[in-house]
Amino acid sequence: MSNLAADVSSRSARSTASERARTLFRFATAGSVDDGKSTLVGRLLHDAKAILADQLEQVAATSRQRGFAHGEFDFALLTDGLRAEREQGITIDVAYRYFATDRRSFILADCPGHVQYTRNMVTGSATADAVIVLVDARKGIIEQTRRHLAVVSLLRVAHVVIAVNKIDLVGFDENRFVEIELEAARVAEQLGLPGIHVLPVSALEGDNIVDRSERTPWYQGPTLIDLLESLPTAVEIEDTAAPFRLPVQLVLRPQGGLSPEIADPERYRDFRGFAGRIAAGTVSVGDSVDVFPGGHSTTVTGIHIAGQEADAATAAQSVTLTLADEIDAARGAVIAASGTIPAGRREAVVELFQLDPRATTTGSKVLVKHGTATVQALIAEVIDRRDLETLAHHDAESLAVNEIGRVRLRFAANLPLEPYAQSREGGSLVLIHPADGATLAAATVED
Amino acid sequence: MSTITRSLSEERSDETKRPQGLSALDQLEAEGIHIIREVVAEFERPVLLFSGGKDSVVVLHLAAKAFAPGKVPFPVLHVDTGHNFPEVIAFRDETVARLGIDLEVARVQDYIDDGRLAERPDGTRNPLQTQPLLDAIAAGKHDAVFGGARRDEDKARAKERIISLRDEFGQWDPRNQRPELWSLYNGRHLPGQHVRAFPISNWTEADIWNYIDRENIALPPLYYAHQREVFRRDGMWWAVGEFSQPRAGEEVVRRTVRYRTVGDMSCTGAVESDAADTASVAAEVQRSTLTERGATRADDRISEAAMEDRKKDGYF
Repeated sequence: MSNLAADVSSRSARSTASERARTLFRFATAGSVDDGKSTLVGRLLHDAKAILADQLEQVAATSRQRGFAHGEFDFALLTDGLRAEREQGITIDVAYRYFATDRRSFILADCPGHVQYTRNMVTGSATADAVIVLVDARKGIIEQTRRHLAVVSLLRVAHVVIAVNKIDLVGFDENRFVEIELEAARVAEQLGLPGIHVLPVSALEGDNIVDRSERTPWYQGPTLIDLLESLPTAVEIEDTAAPFRLPVQLVLRPQGGLSPEIADPERYRDFRGFAGRIAAGTVSVGDSVDVFPGGHSTTVTGIHIAGQEADAATAAQSVTLTLADEIDAARGAVIAASGTIPAGRREAVVELFQLDPRATTTGSKVLVKHGTATVQALIAEVIDRRDLETLAHHDAESLAVNEIGRVRLRFAANLPLEPYAQSREGGSLVLIHPADGATLAAATVED
Repeated sequence: MSTITRSLSEERSDETKRPQGLSALDQLEAEGIHIIREVVAEFERPVLLFSGGKDSVVVLHLAAKAFAPGKVPFPVLHVDTGHNFPEVIAFRDETVARLGIDLEVARVQDYIDDGRLAERPDGTRNPLQTQPLLDAIAAGKHDAVFGGARRDEDKARAKERIISLRDEFGQWDPRNQRPELWSLYNGRHLPGQHVRAFPISNWTEADIWNYIDRENIALPPLYYAHQREVFRRDGMWWAVGEFSQPRAGEEVVRRTVRYRTVGDMSCTGAVESDAADTASVAAEVQRSTLTERGATRADDRISEAAMEDRKKDGYF
């Protein structure tokens, strides 16, 4: 193991200007038991100097208690946050970790592999720009790897990185790596995963994590951190020509309740702003827009981004729009670029990821949350279940926890659904238990 | 948390540069505003836990932006341990007056005075805040409680959802949390239950300081370097004040210090620093080798699971 005493003096203070230029990259890590995932996460955090002295001290002390040799660390202690996890040596839930390099800030969702893997994978990957799937170089692609990749494929995560770990334990053998690389490519093709990146690493020794390994001269590709710093985010690769969509969160009508900080209250006396976060596309003052439901057309007269006036705004920004006409657009409405509003749908076939222990069966009633709308819905039909190794469909009557399959949903009101393949925001739903409020399932709109 | 400078990035050729989208801070700000608006839209009586500490100040700043030009449409709640820094109470009162919002105060001292709570032998009142907090939530019929907790602060907080359910006893069940997907937050709850909402879950200490710097947000003066009478205990500098007095053998000295966290005066230590403005504090945070809680919070040194244990009982 490398010297874990953080070399503090090498870290120079950097201008806040460069801090502000950094972009945000969200990724998840997944692997089977003993693939070395905790070690990889610990290694990334350590090499990114995101583990501070007091945390390291705590980990070192507990590691020694557990019989680790002096100077060696049980990296899992860094990610297993709950008492029950540390006591039982298992990971229960997704943990979030943060680190940054000069170019990017990273949000890492660390997904435990063995217990409830689908639930955790779905939670961790739903918003991820990339997922790193760990493979043990000695074992190669195993059943659980295929399942992880299948979930990632269904969630259409932009980038998949297969980290072939413990490459030191196969003697840095190029042939073994190529074998796994070919198998990975074959599985990816079968599961319909577009681009995957396969790289040889040793999380324990640090090979190809931050620094290029001299022990894998046959590998010419990027290191793991190179990939994480350079892969485009989901927002960056989203078609910039995607039509504008603003799901309305609420309507701001301050009237008498203006902020005392407003200098010219007269100007805002009749203010009526539509607040939300832009789901797709861009909007400028003067644009024609249509409103779902109803289809009324109007013009954008003003834009505030996070409270500041602006001429234009883009996807992922929280905005408030003012419109030329007094139209009805309450919470649940969608303001869309003129001529592009999605057709309202009362029925849809979705890919359903069952998260609750109570199975989804035909005929049950649920609540569905889509964008900012929540409506009642009926499970009109459970169509089939996926084989999680091949993604093949099999007939099914119900979907139990951690199962994935297709379901036909019928809604109590029209929803402006879009295929998930086109729009993550327009095509994602959660199913909620109408009585106790539990999150039952996640779903993506098929067509 | 912290960041690195690597020679790799200087060597990288221009061809790998991607078009710059929103910065990380822009995205975190947009996410925070989205969460605050979701909660206000879906709940009847939200309230924001406001201590005058930097994290709750940032949440309040986001709320002001989320509803501009209207005012923040919910009150703030301060759980007053009675062991406050006077500068922080003054800052709290100025802030609510400036924004025109209501302040609710739950006083630990009232509970000690009438015997509902007893002073702890170690003198710290942080763990005593839970009962007054839960009572104030019930009395205000608050169904959603905003907090400034961040996942990078603590291992238990790293597992907490952005919208996190509390049962009728105010308890958090970390092993049975709702999966949270995309930005579809599920705030459904039964009568008597409430949710805690954490709009800055994904921010690090560095993000907070860079944002305070960018937005020019006012903070209590304690956060910046100042001269103070202090004494050394458990590797931390303690202010000499009404609620923290040196014991025999603890020498009082005058030092230039600042606070990285602002909490109960009886459990919050200072660090030696000459960072007198936000930009120098932001730079200092980058260089620090200790976490903010490890450096300055006695209450988190009790055990590895100190925060988890307090959170399960209904703490912030």
